[in-house]
Amino acid sequence: MSQKRHIEPLLWSLFGAGGTTIAFFFPAMILVVLAVSLGVIPAEALSYERMSGFFLNNLFGQLILLVALVPSYWACIHRIYHGLHDLGFHPGAGLKVLFYGATLVLSVITIILVLF
Amino acid sequence: MSDKMINIEILRYNPESDEKPSYGKFEVPYLEEWSMLDALEYIKDELDSTLAYRWSCRMAVCGSCGMVINGTPKLGCETFLRDYKGTIKVEPLANFPIERDLVVDAEDFINKLESVKPYIINAMEKPVEEGVTKQTPKELSLYKQFSSCINCMLCYSACPQMGINPLFTGPAVIALGHRYNLDTRDDGYDERTEVIQGKNGVWSCTFVGYCSEVCPKNVDPAAAINQNKLQGAQDWALSFLMPRKGGK
Repeated sequence: MSQKRHIEPLLWSLFGAGGTTIAFFFPAMILVVLAVSLGVIPAEALSYERMSGFFLNNLFGQLILLVALVPSYWACIHRIYHGLHDLGFHPGAGLKVLFYGATLVLSVITIILVLF
Repeated sequence: MSDKMINIEILRYNPESDEKPSYGKFEVPYLEEWSMLDALEYIKDELDSTLAYRWSCRMAVCGSCGMVINGTPKLGCETFLRDYKGTIKVEPLANFPIERDLVVDAEDFINKLESVKPYIINAMEKPVEEGVTKQTPKELSLYKQFSSCINCMLCYSACPQMGINPLFTGPAVIALGHRYNLDTRDDGYDERTEVIQGKNGVWSCTFVGYCSEVCPKNVDPAAAINQNKLQGAQDWALSFLMPRKGGK
C-alpha cells in the first residue's frame, strides 16, 4: 500500500478547493468592478482605507482574503502542471518540486503579509 | 438495392504483408436504415472479403464494434450512414495496437480489467439459511449507472492520457472497480485501492472528460474517476489520523 501515501491527493484537494474559490469569488469580483464602473456602487465604497481596514486589519476579513487567494494559487499551478503534460511537455520531478515549491513559498508569503 | 452511394475510407493493415497501415477506398450503395456495420458487411461480402472487423450483437449491447469514425470513437452498429455526406473515414480504435484492419489488440485492456477485480468480493460469505441479501433501490442507484459498461473501449480511444501514459488504468476499468466498491454486497474496497488510487490509477487523469462524452451507455467514467479522487483525498487525510487503516 506504499502507493497510497503519494502526495497527489493533497495537491488535488488544494486544486479542488482553489477551483471552488475561483468559481465563487471571480464572478463576484467582475460584478463589483462592473457595478463601480457603471456608477451603481459609489467608487468610495472600494477606497483603500475602507478595503484595507477590513481585509488587512480585521481577522474575519483577513481570513476571507486568504481563502480567496491561497487555494487559487494551488489550483492554477496544478492546472498549469497537468496542462503541460496534456500538451506534450512532461515536466520531471525537479520542475514539479520547483512549481509546487514556489507555490508553497508564495502561499507562506501571502499568509505573512495578510496576517502581520 | 438503392442508388444512394457513399464513399468509405478504411484504414487497412495486414501484419503479414503491410509495413504500415494505409487507407483502402470503397464505394458502397446503401439504404436509409444502414449502419456503418451494414456497410462493412457489404464490403466484406461484395467488395473485399479480406476486410477484418469485430462485431456481434448489432444493437449496442456487446461492445465489439468500436471504431473511430471521422475522428470520433463510435460503435459501428449505431452509427448511421444517412448522417454523413461525402467520404467517411473509418479507423481502428486509437491507443491500441492494430492486430489487423479494424481489429485491435485488447490484451492490455483485459489485463487492466482483471487487475481491478470487477466482481463482488464478499468478506463474510452468508450461509444459504440466512436467506437473500437485500438491497434497497437507493443502494442500487449508487452503482447502477457504472454497471452499464459494455467494455467497448471507446473511452480508451477517446482518452488523451492513454496515448501519453499507456500504463494509465483508464476510464472503463476505474468505473467498473467503482461500481463494485459502491455495491453494498461487496467488501473488496481495500483490494482495489492499489489499482484505483495508485499513480497510474485516478491520479493519472487530468479530467479532460471526453471519455464520458463518447460512452454509448452513459456510464460517465469521468464522474467515477472524480468520485474516487475525492475518496482518495479523504483516505489520504485519514491515513495520518489512523495510520493502520492503510497498512493491511
